[in-house]
Amino acid sequence: MSRIEAKFESLRKQNRKALIAFITAGDPEPAATVPLMHALSKAGADIIELGVPFSDPMADGPTIQRSSERALKHGVGLRDILAMVREFRRTNGETPVVLMGYDNPVEAMGYETFAAEAKGAGVDGVLTVDCPPEESSELVRHLAAQGLDPIFLLSPTTPPARVEKVAKYARGFVYYVSLKGVTGAAHLDLSELSGKLPQLRTRLGLPVGVGFGIRDGATAQAVAKLADAVVVGSRIVEEIERSARERVVDNVTALVSGLRAAVDAA
Amino acid sequence: MRMYDLPDKSGHFGPYGGVFVAETLIAALDELRTQYQRYRDDAEFQAEFADELKHYVGRPSPIFRAKRWSAHLGGAQILLKREDLNHTGAHKINNTVGQALLARRMGKPRVIAETGAGQHGVAAATVAARYGMECVVYMGSEDVKRQATNVYRMKLLGARVVPVESGSRTLKDALNEAMRDWVTNVENTFYIIGTVAGPHPYPMMVRDFQAIIGREAKVQMQEEYGRQPDALVACVGGGSNAIGLFYPYIDDKDVRMIGVEAAGHGIPSGQHAATLCAGRPGVLHGNRTYLIQDANGQILETHSISAGLDYPGVGPEHAWLKDSGRAEYVAATDDEALAAFHALCRFEGIMPALESSHALAHAAKLAPQMEKDQLILVNLSGRGDKDMNTVAQASGITF
Repeated sequence: MSRIEAKFESLRKQNRKALIAFITAGDPEPAATVPLMHALSKAGADIIELGVPFSDPMADGPTIQRSSERALKHGVGLRDILAMVREFRRTNGETPVVLMGYDNPVEAMGYETFAAEAKGAGVDGVLTVDCPPEESSELVRHLAAQGLDPIFLLSPTTPPARVEKVAKYARGFVYYVSLKGVTGAAHLDLSELSGKLPQLRTRLGLPVGVGFGIRDGATAQAVAKLADAVVVGSRIVEEIERSARERVVDNVTALVSGLRAAVDAA
Repeated sequence: MRMYDLPDKSGHFGPYGGVFVAETLIAALDELRTQYQRYRDDAEFQAEFADELKHYVGRPSPIFRAKRWSAHLGGAQILLKREDLNHTGAHKINNTVGQALLARRMGKPRVIAETGAGQHGVAAATVAARYGMECVVYMGSEDVKRQATNVYRMKLLGARVVPVESGSRTLKDALNEAMRDWVTNVENTFYIIGTVAGPHPYPMMVRDFQAIIGREAKVQMQEEYGRQPDALVACVGGGSNAIGLFYPYIDDKDVRMIGVEAAGHGIPSGQHAATLCAGRPGVLHGNRTYLIQDANGQILETHSISAGLDYPGVGPEHAWLKDSGRAEYVAATDDEALAAFHALCRFEGIMPALESSHALAHAAKLAPQMEKDQLILVNLSGRGDKDMNTVAQASGITF
């Protein structure tokens, strides 16, 4: 059983929903990332999504794009990020880590090399947002060979036939993009969500995380009632962006603790 | 012999092309693909497209023989396919007319476009005005500063120009931003991509709309010269004018096809946009193709004196034509392009766009190596009026 499966299994037994927290690796500087990962975990994040910065983040809104630009100013590359995960794993063997980014940095390293080194570093899942199932058979093959979970996106516009296709490749959980648009967009349609999710969960046979547009405790709580996991990204990255350097860890801890409480109250 | 029939059903040219986009765009691309397939074979659509190309764009564009310049170079005869004579002054309008007609049939009242130098933006704004559509053009804020005249031109045509402040603030960032707009407003919006890049079906669709260039050339060459050219030469940024000329000739194996990229200050300087000559394969903007990137897979900023060639990717079909050996790709520097620009002005009274000047620069190298009775057909993809400031600046002149 993968670390991600085990996490969802244990949450299910406790009748709790997962909180998935996203930060961009290397933002605002490389040295900040491992302490932030520990802080996220301590504040109640069940899974950490670590963004791999890319020069052209087409599916992201301005907040996450700026975080990528901050990280890239420090020259943060995929190998540096794997070193961060390895460092995190020295004291945390329990919190699953998912790398989330775009195909090209992974392709530049080579799918096979990447999969082997990611496994070695302690990564659990990989989501390449611009690599839909149709284009990802080779990547998925290499990830599977290392026991890494390929994570895929689903959107409100995904037709049922594609859901089956995603179900064939996906492991760990599926990330449901809760609105049309890019990361960090303003609002989310809860009634649409409640109509779609139960069917999706049955069809997929996998936990479903919902993200894009979750900005506060109330929304997190409402989503937690419907989904297996709540994903928060842009809101945390925003907190990092507007906090003074010495306050980053404390402010992010306070924010994530609040979200944790909201999710648990669902 | 098997006829060339790429891309395959999933939009691949060998290992290149494809649909590398987030799930949020898949449904929109599926809809576009289905609708385009339908109208691709629809006689009424094709008839309207042909009629617009004739009466609005001003096609067919003539083939002009550059006699004095050819004599001066002392080798093969250089012929020019005069896309510079099209309405709006470049080949870009062929494609925007086609996509706008498709948008109209798909019931999308709003069109968006990305632009670098502003040529595609102007062509998109033009057809939006022509068909009564709302138009938003994304343009890097650096380019907005450099291309003030084209920004004003788009505004005169009724388009809204949105400066993009992210990344390197140039064409690739404008493309990212247009994609984001499309994801958000997909229900009423059609994204008019300006070149043969992006996710399937764009590289195929833009090629099909631009292929009028090569189809006309084939007929004109036969009528006027009784034979086809020995070599085709076209500049390549994203590669839409080149593929437009090349595509109808792909199965004519005795016609050489040569794409000319922007070598900027020279490839060894690192300041260039010669993607096929000096890049390596990767994934950007929805397709797998050659890219100018660093060891970490980050896309690098490019340089060319010609804004229209200043792009770190290239159409996936060119990537395939390179690997398969069917087409050759070379590069010309800023200085070589400028020299060809001046030569054409002085020998033929034609002011070429700086993009097209790269193709001319290579033709000038090639012609003396060939026999006097051989023919080189250069795609003169655009006119140079827009480049006055750049050329003057390069000559140390300020107005």
